[in-house]
Amino acid sequence: MSTTRDTDVRTGEAAGGTTGQENDTAATDTAAARDAGELGAAGAQLSTAPRDTVVPGSFGGVRAPGAAGWLAWTGREIVGWARWFWRQLTSMRVALILLFLLSLGAIPGSLIPQTGQDETKVADFMGRHETLGPIYEKLGLFNVYSSAWFSAIYILLFISLIGCIVPRTWQFVGQLRGRPPGAPRRLNRLPAYTTWRTEAAPEAVREEALKLLKRRRFRADAAGDAVAAEKGYLREVGNLAFHIALIVMLIAFAWGQLFKYEGNKLIVEGDGFANTLTQYDDFKSGSLFSTDDLEPFSFVLDNFRGTYEPSGPNKGTPRTYESHVTYSEGSDGKEKQRTIKVNEPLDIAGTKVYLVSHGYAPVVTVRDGKGDVVYSQAVPLLPLDSNVTSTGAIKVMDGYRDAQGKKDQLGFRAFFLPAYGGANTAVVSQFPALLNPVLNLEAFHGDLGVDSGLPQSVYQLDKKNMKGFKDSKGKQLRENLKPGETMKLPNGAGSITFEKDIKEWAGFQVTEQPGSGWALAGALTAIFGLAASLFIQRRRVWVRATAGPDGVTVVEMAGLGRSESAKVPEELGDMAGILYDLAPGAPDTPDDTPETDADTGTSADTDAKSEPDPEPEAKTSTPEPPAVPAAEGAETK
Amino acid sequence: MTLAAATELAAATNENLANLSNTLIYSAMAVYTLAFFAYIAEWLFGSRSKVGRTAAALTADKGAKKAAAPAVTVKNAGGTAVLERPKVVTRAAPGSRDVPDGPGAHGGDEQGDLYGRIAVSLTVLAFLIAFGGVLTRALSVQRAPWGNMYEFNITFSTVAVGVYLALLAMKKNVRWMGLFLVTTVLLDLGLAVTVLYTASDQLVPALHSYWLYIHVSTAIFCGAVFYVGAVGTILYLFKDSYENKLTTGGKPGRFATSVMERLPASASLDKFSYRVNAAVFPLWTFTIIAGAIWAGDAWGRYWGWDPKETWSFITWVAYACYLHARATAGWKGRKAAYIALIAFACWLFNYYGVNIFVTGKHSYAGV
Ligand code: HEM
Repeated sequence: MSTTRDTDVRTGEAAGGTTGQENDTAATDTAAARDAGELGAAGAQLSTAPRDTVVPGSFGGVRAPGAAGWLAWTGREIVGWARWFWRQLTSMRVALILLFLLSLGAIPGSLIPQTGQDETKVADFMGRHETLGPIYEKLGLFNVYSSAWFSAIYILLFISLIGCIVPRTWQFVGQLRGRPPGAPRRLNRLPAYTTWRTEAAPEAVREEALKLLKRRRFRADAAGDAVAAEKGYLREVGNLAFHIALIVMLIAFAWGQLFKYEGNKLIVEGDGFANTLTQYDDFKSGSLFSTDDLEPFSFVLDNFRGTYEPSGPNKGTPRTYESHVTYSEGSDGKEKQRTIKVNEPLDIAGTKVYLVSHGYAPVVTVRDGKGDVVYSQAVPLLPLDSNVTSTGAIKVMDGYRDAQGKKDQLGFRAFFLPAYGGANTAVVSQFPALLNPVLNLEAFHGDLGVDSGLPQSVYQLDKKNMKGFKDSKGKQLRENLKPGETMKLPNGAGSITFEKDIKEWAGFQVTEQPGSGWALAGALTAIFGLAASLFIQRRRVWVRATAGPDGVTVVEMAGLGRSESAKVPEELGDMAGILYDLAPGAPDTPDDTPETDADTGTSADTDAKSEPDPEPEAKTSTPEPPAVPAAEGAETK
Repeated sequence: MTLAAATELAAATNENLANLSNTLIYSAMAVYTLAFFAYIAEWLFGSRSKVGRTAAALTADKGAKKAAAPAVTVKNAGGTAVLERPKVVTRAAPGSRDVPDGPGAHGGDEQGDLYGRIAVSLTVLAFLIAFGGVLTRALSVQRAPWGNMYEFNITFSTVAVGVYLALLAMKKNVRWMGLFLVTTVLLDLGLAVTVLYTASDQLVPALHSYWLYIHVSTAIFCGAVFYVGAVGTILYLFKDSYENKLTTGGKPGRFATSVMERLPASASLDKFSYRVNAAVFPLWTFTIIAGAIWAGDAWGRYWGWDPKETWSFITWVAYACYLHARATAGWKGRKAAYIALIAFACWLFNYYGVNIFVTGKHSYAGV
């Protein structure tokens, strides 16, 4: 079926439905081709999957002379090509290729650092690969999932998907409105078949068959000398629901990306936060976000608690992180208390507050030459390693006067070790909890550079215009302080005290991603749709009852599934058993050889295939249950 | 008793449980090894018999074969016809090969069959011991035993064997798979106890969630079932080549004949792996969605293209590809089978490769 013309396709569809969907496996031999023809419409449209038809290009046909001819030809050509392109795009084969490309295209993003996840890694990569870096950048490999080519793949896929769903839905609605296709002429050509002779009248048999099929919730319909029935439409419903759910999920995800925001805020115990743009340490948002979308709420971090594995090979691994907060919704809502843990964000009308990091904030007090307190606060320090060795800066900007009473600024470089190993160990913390806290300070004075207008990190000291204090040996003043200890600045320049109260801080991420509910709904629909689509068999059954030449009624039953399955013959055997009890077999005439057409063959050799299986029908009283030698031993699967 | 003493005691029990778990895993490996030899014996004894159903079906003279395609209708036996119920006759779809299934590894040989049964019994025993090993491990760490690669591996192989035994218990024709499965299970456990071994430890807070139970257990289960499907797919490819060779008049080697004749027909193998893959695909979809929900709770976004997430997605799309291929003209059979193997390779890479080669938020799973 590679180069069938447009017209052939239609007849092909009408006549040989089975060649399309059921039996794509090269129906080469002539018997098979004839079979297919004989099955007629019986197997057609057992699924609404598009057939793979390739329509050759150049549709303009003969070009009539003159401008009008040219116009007509061009028009035909354009429409033809557009249709061709559309058919290609919505064919199963192209959908398959696009799916394949999608998975292929997702790979580089998992192996190459991505800007969206870790910008420092990207910069690092750029630094290390001087030739490769810019090429990757051009190809969008640092931004795979928002790159033009990746978007192109999934957008094409989703256009293909829509182009696939819409006609399939119409087709399916048509099938639901219509009747199950009539019985094919030769039922014995179908994958599951049975027949017997009975004394019951043909009409009575058909009536019983109709009742039986309806009782089993087939859509059944008597037409002519046979009853036609079909069941399992939910399969198609599930399949369509699944594919539609994919679209819903994509739109929900895209929507979320456009309107989402994400901000970070570090809060020391005792401090608070209100959800306005200015309060954030850093803030990212989707391109359609506006500040009006910020949900009003506020909270205070009452207390942070972390516990750690005390011993063993994973000593120091965090066990619990919890932050106790008091929050209020709206601009002046009631105060409520909550614990925010790593997996348990605070959810305020869709805005979620996550606990993402933590560290220590030692409280220090700085006194000037006269002994007046000029600075006293908790200084959050940034962790450097998993044992929370931390670093930061203490900046005394105003209010300080030196020994001579002159205005000056003070700066301290701070290292903090929650668990100092002792005098002879490296200056790194040994454990994340406060076992033996030590604050290491280096003191400077001069111009902090905070008024220069350039943004400055609060964790780093800009020493360009600062001078270090010297100790008695003339070296840079630097001391390890224990809680409660004080470092004196030389020549009565003041002092700095490491207070006993060491606070902790918690980093929070506040995010809102609208459309999550839709994404979840889509996801659940997708699962159920998929399950229906994969577990439900769509199948057809025909029962024909006709008066034979000797006046005895011949009953024939046949079943056809979308794919060969053990269930179809099993179910057919089951129903045949019931119908047989209602229309019992008539005795044979001596010359009653198996009646089939000329090319009689052997029965699918039962003995070779079905091992002595316990048949499901064994319970019935008849001595020999209807044997159901399933297709190719499928029963034993 | 002081609090400190109580903690110490608890630690000691945990230590004992962890040691018990290790002993059980080693014992399970020993029993799996016995099962392995029993399966080998089954195959060896099976080779004495001369089964040649596939060859017979495919190399019988063409005239007879043509006639074999359509099937006969009723069989009425003499006077008892009235009491008999109608027989359903099935026939393969036009164009597909009508080949009977092989008899299994024992090849119809009685002694071989006996060894096969012994092998299955040993597999059951080993499974129970391994299950005990996983369970005691879980008790010793007081959480789900899926915190690191060692624990993943012992759970994974146990579940894979469980799936196999469940299929056997459901009277499915899967005994032929035993040798292949047990071999890989031994490799998997060997890798676990040597390279991947990690002493019991606690989980980082991000792993403290009931989603761990839901997401990780379904992920491991899906992997085990995908694995069983992949074994079927590989054997399908071999058997299909064998049948093709016979059809075109080729003469396969003696070893190939001996092995292939005992396996189910290629169509059956194909169908088996399709069923297995299709059956877990919705669960795999669920696994990813559950992971997304968990990520939403733990990290503030439900999807962020983290390497593990990305590879789950790639695996998912690859299996979707496979299912599509089965419904696309010209893609059934071998091509679809290759896609299924690629999809399983993606799963494997996600399982091992991402943990080892790529760093991401999931890497705390630890090697
Ligand atoms: C976003 C990408 C897609 C995914 C993840 C996807 C996934 C799936 C899955 C898992 C199935 C298996 C269900 C079954 O075998 O019954 C399926 C079936 C199907 N898909 Fe898709 N699909 C996608 C796009 C498409 C497109 C673009 C088309 C249209 C050309 C399409 C048409 C079909 C059809 C017709 C079936 C049913 C085949 C049958 O009856 O067996 N799908 N799809």
